[in-house]
Amino acid sequence: MVTKAAKPIWKRRWFVPTVMYGLLVVIALLLLFLADWATIQRNFFQLDIVRDMFPKVLTIGAKNTIIYTAVAFVVGFVLALVLALMKLSPIGPYRWFATSYIELFRGLPALVTIILVAFGLPLAFGWRIPFGTAGKAAFGLGLVAAAYMAETIRAGIQAVPRGQMEAARSLGMSAPTAMAYIILPQAFRIIIPPLTNELVLLIKDTSLLFVVGTTPASKELTKFGRDLMNVNANATPLTVIALVYLLITLPMTSLVRQLEKKAGKGR
Amino acid sequence: MEPPAIEIRDLHKYFGDLEVLRGIDFQVRTGEVVCIVGPSGSGKSTLLRCVNRLEDPTSGHVLIEGDDITDPASDVDALRAKIGMVFQQFNLFPHLDVRKNLTISQRKVLGRSQDEASKVATTMLERVGLMDKIDEYPSRLSGGQQQRVAIARALCMNPDMMLFDEVTSALDPELVGEVLQVMRDLADEGMTMLVVTHEMGFARNVADRVVFMDEGIIMEDGPPAEVLSNPREERTRQFLRMVLEEGF
Repeated sequence: MVTKAAKPIWKRRWFVPTVMYGLLVVIALLLLFLADWATIQRNFFQLDIVRDMFPKVLTIGAKNTIIYTAVAFVVGFVLALVLALMKLSPIGPYRWFATSYIELFRGLPALVTIILVAFGLPLAFGWRIPFGTAGKAAFGLGLVAAAYMAETIRAGIQAVPRGQMEAARSLGMSAPTAMAYIILPQAFRIIIPPLTNELVLLIKDTSLLFVVGTTPASKELTKFGRDLMNVNANATPLTVIALVYLLITLPMTSLVRQLEKKAGKGR
Repeated sequence: MEPPAIEIRDLHKYFGDLEVLRGIDFQVRTGEVVCIVGPSGSGKSTLLRCVNRLEDPTSGHVLIEGDDITDPASDVDALRAKIGMVFQQFNLFPHLDVRKNLTISQRKVLGRSQDEASKVATTMLERVGLMDKIDEYPSRLSGGQQQRVAIARALCMNPDMMLFDEVTSALDPELVGEVLQVMRDLADEGMTMLVVTHEMGFARNVADRVVFMDEGIIMEDGPPAEVLSNPREERTRQFLRMVLEEGF
């Protein structure tokens, strides 16, 4: 029998977990005793400020964030689908257009695109985006989201085995019919997870609409919170809107997980 | 005189610099069963895929019942609907159940109603002995069952002829028989069939003609007894020796 004493202490089985848990406890204790909890509470968790924020943080801030996300996603998705199909087109100019579009809007900061759409277009051409902030969200953020989603959709289409298109065409389906009924339904199943990712990113990107949604009724969550932060000279509103963001994003990711499971059954 | 079901005239196909088909001429008459055999890389699958223009030939013509499918002005979708095709990898639509696999092209291409298409689907599934699987998804079926559904799916379009592209090559050995049986029944019913296969038994017993291809040309073309038992070409003899030894 091998004597246990021959093994150095850092190779024992209990050593690494113990050290890791130990570190965690030390950090927690340090935080507990060294942090100035009174100051933190005063700056981030003032209950009367929290109370004053309701219900408007939901009926204005959260509502607008959700509306802006929804319109930008719908516009972005439709545009992305068109771009993805153009990118896969046998016709050169379509491909070139799609590629230029995608490179352009992925290369620009979303904030710049929003400002261009909201202030640049009216200045240059006298065009005004209709439907107020929601319209600017749809066009500004939608244009950007489309560039990202187009690549996702294209990858999804290409992930469907080639034999599927061949089988559909051999049955006499035209290319558009085969795309609509055979390829796209399968592609969408594949891209549900990355598309959700885009949606969560989009929710967070609506905070960039603070430059356009400035009236009391058109503020989204971040603008809503920042304004209250200035009014109260206190960071508590930030804590509240952070929690509201999580309230929106977390159920969504779990919902999509269920969708994925359901879609997976048909495979 | 009735034109042949399939007529191929001086067909050439390049993949890049590689000439895969080097001048193919042959015909399949209506009701005939023709098996194409040959070593892998001989161009037999490419030839089959040129017949319904899944591959575009570099030059030459393919006439389907007298209509040139290689003519850019031809209605390739309408011609394809007359040509059933079955693939090595089955290629059932995984997001649709068996019924929808069999009805979708009837509805979208032939414009049949759901009821009508469903009736045809039922008939064809009975023919391949899989009526009880109509509500299953393809992933729940064995390879042999999937391939029989794929045959039924092609038959639902009431094709004038059927192409089979190594349809038993991806199957476990014990599942090959059921698929070959369905093909044999089809042949007995008078279906025009062009079959790329490694199943020498099937070629010998079912085919009216066997075509031996090698390096992009047809080396030999004749009745199975002649080509498989008494080949004229040394290459054919070599190939047959190899296939028989490997026990295909």
